Amino acid sequence: MSILLDQTTPVIVQGITGKIASFHIEEMAAYGTKVVGGVTPGKGGTVHLSQPVFNSVKDAVRDTGAKASLLFVPPPFAADAIMEAADAGIEVCVSITDGIPARDMIQVKRYMRRYKKEQRMRLIGPNCAGVITPGEAMMGIMPGHIYMPGRIGIVGRSGTLGYEAASQMKALGIGVSTSVGIGGDPINGSSFKDVLELFEADSETDAVVMIGEIGGPQESEAATFIRDHMTKPVIAYVAGLTAPKGRRMGHAGAIISAFGESAGEKVSILQEAGVIVAPTPSDIGATVASVFAKAA
Amino acid sequence: MDIHEYQAKALLSTFGVPIPRGGLAYSPEQAAYRAREIGGDSWVVKAQIHSGARGKAGGIRFCQDENEVWDAADALLGKRLVTQQTEPGGKVVYRLYVEAVTKVAREFYLGFVLDRQTERVMVVASKAGGMEIEEISRERPETIVRVSVEPAVGMQAFEAREIAFALGLEAGLVAQAVETILGCYRAFRDLDATMVEINPLAVTAEAGLIALDAKMAFDDNALFRRPEVSELRDKSQEDHRETRAMDRGLSYVGLDGSIGCIINGAGLAMATMDMIKHAGGEPANFLDIGGGATPERVIKAFNLVLSDAQVQAILVNIFAGINRCDWVAQGIVQALDKVDMVVPLVVRLAGTNVDEGRRILEDSGRPIIAATTLAEAAEQAVAAWRGAQAGGNVMGMAS
Repeated sequence: MSILLDQTTPVIVQGITGKIASFHIEEMAAYGTKVVGGVTPGKGGTVHLSQPVFNSVKDAVRDTGAKASLLFVPPPFAADAIMEAADAGIEVCVSITDGIPARDMIQVKRYMRRYKKEQRMRLIGPNCAGVITPGEAMMGIMPGHIYMPGRIGIVGRSGTLGYEAASQMKALGIGVSTSVGIGGDPINGSSFKDVLELFEADSETDAVVMIGEIGGPQESEAATFIRDHMTKPVIAYVAGLTAPKGRRMGHAGAIISAFGESAGEKVSILQEAGVIVAPTPSDIGATVASVFAKAA
Repeated sequence: MDIHEYQAKALLSTFGVPIPRGGLAYSPEQAAYRAREIGGDSWVVKAQIHSGARGKAGGIRFCQDENEVWDAADALLGKRLVTQQTEPGGKVVYRLYVEAVTKVAREFYLGFVLDRQTERVMVVASKAGGMEIEEISRERPETIVRVSVEPAVGMQAFEAREIAFALGLEAGLVAQAVETILGCYRAFRDLDATMVEINPLAVTAEAGLIALDAKMAFDDNALFRRPEVSELRDKSQEDHRETRAMDRGLSYVGLDGSIGCIINGAGLAMATMDMIKHAGGEPANFLDIGGGATPERVIKAFNLVLSDAQVQAILVNIFAGINRCDWVAQGIVQALDKVDMVVPLVVRLAGTNVDEGRRILEDSGRPIIAATTLAEAAEQAVAAWRGAQAGGNVMGMAS
């Protein structure tokens, strides 16, 4: 497989009977994702969109062998649902939910530390578009057809800006191994570094496009990892060069509150680590192409 | 969400944080009455606006008698205060907080933040109180003490003691300091705060601790379960365009440029603003209308952007994913029937059914400047803005 997900991964949906979840399940199944069931407490034993519904994640895992879960649970209950997935032995949980309180995410991260690293569930998101391995499977809300299968990994905070990058690449005939949205929240399950680590180890990925934005320390942390451990080329773009300090730009985490959190500072930190930074968001595809033209 | 100093003090005092005697006033008469009520022979009249650095901007007045209190209140109420932390337009003072003046022996800094590196609550303290924390970390970094709180058990008394001793407090003050520090921590945790700052935390001449100023900010995502905090929201302190947008479920940030932006997705919105800047223009706003981009949202977005008198051109950039470009295009055409479009409009559609979407825009006969790539969209928006500035009619350029 590429990373995190392929066409053989059995997936359940937490909050399966909700309206938005219902819409996306059909899209995901049509794309080739192996959806095996869902969870809505109190609706166990029923069938929704020809999927069996369970009362708990444990029941769903026991009966379906699910390895991954996609979360559409509303914000007040989302942290609880994530911890339930971790406890039930889910390996990868993708949380689409936007609006989870930061304090709940602190608790989730602390809770997950009770598992040894090799047994710990990998959480992607929250507040993200999801994960797609083009041509195989997707867990999320992205339009599958804009991604061409290929050998470049994508990791980014933003949904639509990630689509923009993928479609620029497709227009130039460049395909994607897996695209991962880590989400726009201040405290998230997987960081840029966590996903870069997976891409570095993946034999089906040759290079990575990393799309950052203002706010938080994760781009700098990724820069250190890239400098010290990455052998594959990394191409980056950081959104928000025009964003003023101290103002939240849509995403809960997109706010410059400390030194090193502006787009300009992040660009220099990444460049110093050997990352090729696209000069504008319109040049992401072309920058990837030029890196490979040089390598050829 | 931000709140006022007097609100933060009231909240913190319920968690055991000592604060000076004080009262709220909406008029000079009320301010003078508060001073009488508080008693003593000197008072401070403090402008309540959502900003720090009020002192340097003249928002904090020390008074020796009731007439001075009356005059200070009269001078401050209704005034627009511009501090180092506000926008250039400043913020209007509608409320005053009158307090007894405290005789101060020493001042400390005490702050609680959500640290994104450790994903924990971080306590930051320093002997160098009264200065902004940025200033302390630049000029006196050796005085800063940090404690990262383990979330499973919360802050412990020994951690608060470590801070108290590191600040150089005498043994007699340590118990009160521990109570104050743990009180702030509990307030932070129990109210879903993202920031608590007491600056300065003072030792008085009578050798007691007291919070002379207090600031709190809260997690917007947690307000649904904190009614006692959400009711403290003061819309008079917010940019009215941002308030209107928020009340309509849109995410908007007003900026100083002339090119209005309507985009789906926060990252793409920031990237589009960057592109405008790269093309030689300045964005008038950040606006994320969300993934859906339904006609209703597009109409709301047009009205919002057009309410900004600085806007001389509008750039719409929609990446239709699950949503299709033909629906979005129909939405834009419908929106144009309902709004009075007085500035040139550039539209860039991308994603699902893009050709059909572009054809709908063309066939509508509306003066829409169509763009294919992000770069082209920004260049055309900047050209349209320059044309509008020159007074030329660029709207005829529609394809």
